[in-house]
Amino acid sequence: MGQISVELDKRLNSAVESMPAFPKSVQRILELTRDINCRPKDLVAVIEKDPVITIKVLKIVNSAYYGLPNKITSINQSAVFLGVNTLKNLALSFSTTGMLPKKNDAGFDIQHYLISSLVTANLVRSLGAQFAPGEIDPTDCYIAGLLHDFGKVVFAQCMSAEFNQALALSASDNLPLHKAEEAIIGADHTLVGAMLAKRWQFPDSLVDCIAGHHGPKYPTPLAECLLVGDLIAEGLGYDSKGNVSAGADEQTVPKRFGGDLDAVVAALGDLSKMIEEAKIFSQGEGS
Amino acid sequence: MKFKFWGVRGSIPSPGPRTARYGGNTTCIEVRSDNGTLIILDGGTGIFALAQSLLRELPISANIFISHSHWDHIHGLPFFIPLFIPGNTVRLHGAIDPVTGSGVEQVMAVQLQYSYFPVREAEMKAAIEYRSLSIGQSLEVGDAKVTTTLLNHPVIDFGYRIECNGKSLFFTGDHEPYYNIYDPEDEDFAEYQTLIEEKQSSVDLAMRGVDALIVDTSYTREEYPAKKGWGHGYYDASIAMALRVGAKRLYCTHHEPTRGDDELEKVFADVMARHASLIGDLQVYLAHEGLELEL
Repeated sequence: MGQISVELDKRLNSAVESMPAFPKSVQRILELTRDINCRPKDLVAVIEKDPVITIKVLKIVNSAYYGLPNKITSINQSAVFLGVNTLKNLALSFSTTGMLPKKNDAGFDIQHYLISSLVTANLVRSLGAQFAPGEIDPTDCYIAGLLHDFGKVVFAQCMSAEFNQALALSASDNLPLHKAEEAIIGADHTLVGAMLAKRWQFPDSLVDCIAGHHGPKYPTPLAECLLVGDLIAEGLGYDSKGNVSAGADEQTVPKRFGGDLDAVVAALGDLSKMIEEAKIFSQGEGS
Repeated sequence: MKFKFWGVRGSIPSPGPRTARYGGNTTCIEVRSDNGTLIILDGGTGIFALAQSLLRELPISANIFISHSHWDHIHGLPFFIPLFIPGNTVRLHGAIDPVTGSGVEQVMAVQLQYSYFPVREAEMKAAIEYRSLSIGQSLEVGDAKVTTTLLNHPVIDFGYRIECNGKSLFFTGDHEPYYNIYDPEDEDFAEYQTLIEEKQSSVDLAMRGVDALIVDTSYTREEYPAKKGWGHGYYDASIAMALRVGAKRLYCTHHEPTRGDDELEKVFADVMARHASLIGDLQVYLAHEGLELEL
């Protein structure tokens, strides 16, 4: 993994601490928690669709304080470990700090980012089940898809001017966004996302996936599923990178998928319902 | 090792003639190790009567372990009289609140706000120490060893296992048996079931083979469905837990504040009758104020 300055490291970390969650999940959590008898499974279903709340929960349960021998990678695991009420209380506390604005100074489309993350998460889970059964946990696949581009939201929130320039450079020079980020900011979203995930003691497999999702150094089954899931999402119009390919031309579809991306997409069946659900969830009423 | 119940009531102090035999004070248990080290489990209102009894042996060194921060487990703390007397040492142990990030000192700081209590901590003359504990941590307290286990309650709740010279007790604080939040037809049901079975096994291991298991047994099995998710146990679940972990004696505590003595005994008799053929050597008791046991 590359390096970033100590100052940037501090800025990024504090940006996540104060980062509000997505509008729809904030609304749903506030609604659900008004009812003392709200169903825990409904709450879990909301939390696991929000990258910000998911990250904050995983950050707490994987912290040194809990000293868990095995890392926790899902909201269901967190519910069992912390108790559903503590999870509810955490979600509520994260939801009362406001919500991510739809429009930010970076000009980054938060709603599109959320749809893309949800679509990718579901695709990676399906790919894992079909093309790497028994090798990887579907839960790990989902979380890798949900969080792989998290670095972009961090940039949009805490380095909006620089990220805006990177988005502009990517568009004007037909440059993949991660390369534009590197040129303007000195670090791309894969590096920043992975650095934060490592800091929060997320599992190494997840850190490596985030770091390498535009070209995995170590072709693990999880990294391969994320790479392909990201490519399929991009093909469907759901990659929050802007208009320039993140580098499909640089990458070949790993062997386990048979080499033909269209055939992989066909094997996944009808994706329209999943995409529609992601769209509905991302349509909050935030300003 | 000896222990004595000073408060056995759940939720809110419930004095009066209906609760006179079992007692209306909220949770507090005094434990004495073989060399006399004083360990106090929870600071409900029962701790006030305990404090009176300790005035005979000043100066004292008290090791208080808080299971969790709900009022009925902490609201006697400001009235723990040894806090006001120079020469005493009071060590308060408990969990960190994951929502606020605050350590166990929060349970005193919240209560000692001047609007709510007239004495500030600076005016308390005992040496007060705060020790926030982590999950699964063991620490030596005199000749005893205390180990924490994270249990299931709306806030972080530590169960404490205390061991001394081959004898052991486990106190749950407040705890609800793990249950599946999904319905059997849900996609996540099976995975969640596996997760709770793993968690249950690790908790059972922490209680395994104790001489005395002191358990939150608030409800009857008939009452429980309406209270599911509130973080408390019920008789059938407590007995099942004691049998599963091979405990020698089970003490049911955290009695419902609305349940008078006669009703409590009736409920208990019904439960015991239903379990007569199942419990084998397990001895089951209703905890009451003043009940003192030597292990």
